Amino acid sequence: MATATTELADRALGAASIAAPAQKSHLTRSRVRAAWLFLAPMLILLAMVAGWPLFRTIWFSFTDANLSDLSSAKFIGFENYLAYNDGEWYGVLADGEWWNAVWNTLKFSVVSVTIETILGLIVALVLNASFPGRSLVRAAVLIPWAIPTIVSAKMWSWMMHDQFGILNHMLLGVGLISAPLAWTASPDLAMTAVIMVDVWKTTPFMALLILAALQMLPTDCYEAARVDGIHPVRVFFKVTLPLIRPALMVAVIFRLLDALRIFDLIYVLTSNSKDTMSMSVYARQQLVDFQSVGYGSAASTLLFLTVGLCVVLYITFGRVRFDGR
Amino acid sequence: MKKLLGWVGFYLLVAAIILYSVFPFYYAIVTSLKAGSQLFSVEYFPTTWNWDNYVSVFREQPFAYNLLNSVLVSFSVVALSLFFGVTAAFALGRVQFRGRGLLLMTVLAVSMFPQVAVLSGMFELIRGLGLYNNLLGLVISYMIFTLPFTVWVLTTFMRDLPKELEEAAIMDGANPWQIIVKVFMPLMWPALVTTGLLAFIAAWNEFLFALTFTLTNTQRTVPVAIALISGASQYELPWGNIMAASVIVTLPVVILVLIFQRRIVSGLTAGAVKG
Repeated sequence: MATATTELADRALGAASIAAPAQKSHLTRSRVRAAWLFLAPMLILLAMVAGWPLFRTIWFSFTDANLSDLSSAKFIGFENYLAYNDGEWYGVLADGEWWNAVWNTLKFSVVSVTIETILGLIVALVLNASFPGRSLVRAAVLIPWAIPTIVSAKMWSWMMHDQFGILNHMLLGVGLISAPLAWTASPDLAMTAVIMVDVWKTTPFMALLILAALQMLPTDCYEAARVDGIHPVRVFFKVTLPLIRPALMVAVIFRLLDALRIFDLIYVLTSNSKDTMSMSVYARQQLVDFQSVGYGSAASTLLFLTVGLCVVLYITFGRVRFDGR
Repeated sequence: MKKLLGWVGFYLLVAAIILYSVFPFYYAIVTSLKAGSQLFSVEYFPTTWNWDNYVSVFREQPFAYNLLNSVLVSFSVVALSLFFGVTAAFALGRVQFRGRGLLLMTVLAVSMFPQVAVLSGMFELIRGLGLYNNLLGLVISYMIFTLPFTVWVLTTFMRDLPKELEEAAIMDGANPWQIIVKVFMPLMWPALVTTGLLAFIAAWNEFLFALTFTLTNTQRTVPVAIALISGASQYELPWGNIMAASVIVTLPVVILVLIFQRRIVSGLTAGAVKG
């Protein structure tokens, strides 16, 4: 859903900068007053459910807050992040499990978004061709997107069941494996399993965004290419791909932001297992299961900073794209 | 000959895409119709039509409550976000004022917040308001992800409506509230349907807040209930029940999405590639 908002930002920025200076007539003034009046409820609500909790989370990360009694939290500086005591380092940044979670999250995000982009591109190209039954295919493709993440995690963990799962049954049937695999339990396969489910669930989204870009393409260069007898594969790499690159970049970066905060899929599929634990799962485990709100908030804040960094990179990318046009 | 081969290849690809997309859900339905030990033999087609799992999912846990909770929460979230979204979109889309671009950027930034990043602050807020283990707490917390998105899409839509309509209404002495309700609302229903539907799906599927801010079985929403269905031990999950519950919660969403698929596709890509 975040993706829909992406380029709107650019447009709004553009619109704001071109906007003519408001004429200071009576009517304009009363309109601006009305505008603030209409904005106020939304802004207050947003400040309450987003601004304030974020501020408190960052504050908690500098305290020794405990879930059972948040009010007795004391300020302890950066100790939740990093502290040196008696020759040993403490804090989130010194915790091997945190870095393991960071590594898992990065690995998950890069691999799954890459696969989703490639598969999404293929699906979008198929949907962009006109053939009988196209709307049926589009409907089918939307189904994984519509299914709640929890449900898809459960569906897949049943399909990946080590003894009775259909996936092992199929793979054994065609002879690809010789013994049933424990998809979600084995340390080597758990991450693969998570990526498989995520790819299934989010490829439709990618495909739809790419499809929208494909449908905006001018047809004349394709006609020119056909007249010149250029091979379709060459046309794809030389014409289509460069033309949809801006839309593709937007889709990729927003999927990436989504992937960096993954929680529900991993939590349901492999629980708190170390092999797949993401930054979000780590932070929630500290916060809720271990009740250490201060320490967990420090992890949350670090995740927030990571995502923020990606947004900054995105804006930089956005500028590049803007100038390029 | 080569052309025929190309067509065969293309349709094979199409078939693969359909199969890949639909099969897991289809298999969930097949599984949910099995009884007892039948579960443990892999079958590709339903052999019996046994509805026991659907009955027992309601009998063994408060699944009816969970469904009702999900419905209540999702509809409230949609109503609230559309109301706040429309009023804000009017201000952001139709009126030029200083700080508008900054406000829009702020709203956009909120939509990128990782939910975990506000978890402890939100927990304190919910508990402070006395809404822990209360559906209202979920409704309020869900605003963090439905509101920014709703405001965004409705703002773009509002901005593209013709100026003349509004000018005529102003000439007739209409105030901004009348302009929204009488002039814009009738024109905006496609955008309202799209954003409302996307907000509904987001609220219906939400897991992290629902898991953290509810405690008792009867206050849980469906995703949490499904995730927490457990058997006698970790190794004896009642897969039949889980699949039946999964089918029950997924079917309404899938039907909605298929009915409104054009609207959803345009909502997801709203403005995204218009450049």
